[in-house]
Amino acid sequence: MAKLESTFLNMFLTLLISTAVSSLAASYVYNLTKDPIAEVDRQKQQKAIEMVMPGFTELNRFAILPHSGSDSLIFYEGIKDGEVIGVAINTYTHLGYNGLIRIMVGFTPDGTIVSYQVLEHKETPGLGSKIADNFKEQFDGKNPAAFSLKVRKDGGDVDAITAATISSRAVCDALSRAFQACEEVKQKQN
Amino acid sequence: MNQLQNLTKGFFKENPVFVMLLGMCPTLATTTSANNGLGMGLATTFVLVMANIAISLIKNLVPDKVRIPIYIVVVAAFVTVVDLVMAGYAPALHSQLGIFIPLIVVNCIVLGRAEAFASRNNIFSSMIDGLGMGLGFAMALTILGSVRELIGNFSIFGYKFIQSDGILIFILSPGAFIALGFLIALINLITKKA
Repeated sequence: MAKLESTFLNMFLTLLISTAVSSLAASYVYNLTKDPIAEVDRQKQQKAIEMVMPGFTELNRFAILPHSGSDSLIFYEGIKDGEVIGVAINTYTHLGYNGLIRIMVGFTPDGTIVSYQVLEHKETPGLGSKIADNFKEQFDGKNPAAFSLKVRKDGGDVDAITAATISSRAVCDALSRAFQACEEVKQKQN
Repeated sequence: MNQLQNLTKGFFKENPVFVMLLGMCPTLATTTSANNGLGMGLATTFVLVMANIAISLIKNLVPDKVRIPIYIVVVAAFVTVVDLVMAGYAPALHSQLGIFIPLIVVNCIVLGRAEAFASRNNIFSSMIDGLGMGLGFAMALTILGSVRELIGNFSIFGYKFIQSDGILIFILSPGAFIALGFLIALINLITKKA
């Protein structure tokens, strides 16, 4: 078969057809995978809640618009035998090395951090991605009222990851946003 | 050229990273560890094979003057499909490789093979070429990732054998250039002697 000539009409038609077919294929696959992807996200979120707030039997979900941010935080209050045993907060920061980081953090009712799970990040693999590894252990069991959520370089109590101070700062920002929102909720309830 | 040569040329004689120096952006960016290098290499292999097959199929329907944009569109469509399918059905794999998938579109190996090979050869040869080049790319990335992880983090494939931070510059971008330079020099030394 001879090659198609590069006439204006041929070029116009082949470009039109190839882009149309490609976008059709992409949108078809998008529709096909939309539900499985949403299901995966939901499971990931559920697993993160269980990790940062073990032992709950019921969840009470509500959203709060914090003073220190433009997006609302999602609260998951964990209830066991009619008592609130803690709260898991889906918090975020835009200060990551590559923008948005989403974190699920668990607090006991007195505001102590249980632990956190990184839900979503775009940090450098091997450096900033350590925020999801042993970096997070230093927050376990700390109460931000007594434990300054800033890296040591900025006068706080957090040991930053070597060569990933920006990512470490971003985690601090996300956690303190969650803690402040937690305090705001408490004040409203009292 | 027989098919075996066609398959193996990507490993040594025309290795995309060490000999042709193609696709440097993902090479330097993703080889912070052996695992990351291998993952990026395998994801690229898949796209390379699919794109080579598709482009070989449509090679006579594409007018010369607009061939590059059409190849890019085909490659981008495959990458989008791979990304979505992986996110939906292989979430564990996606959380490992997800950040690299969009980088495949701008990988000039994919476009380079489409232009230099798939647009001139039949479907089967193009598929073999894509497979060989992709695996050669994966091999090079794994070697480079291993070297950088070894020096930069004192570990290999995530298995740490000295409990301390490594020479961090090898995980950062300058380390990628240094390690790649030395590796290419080494490979030139070996191949020139032979």
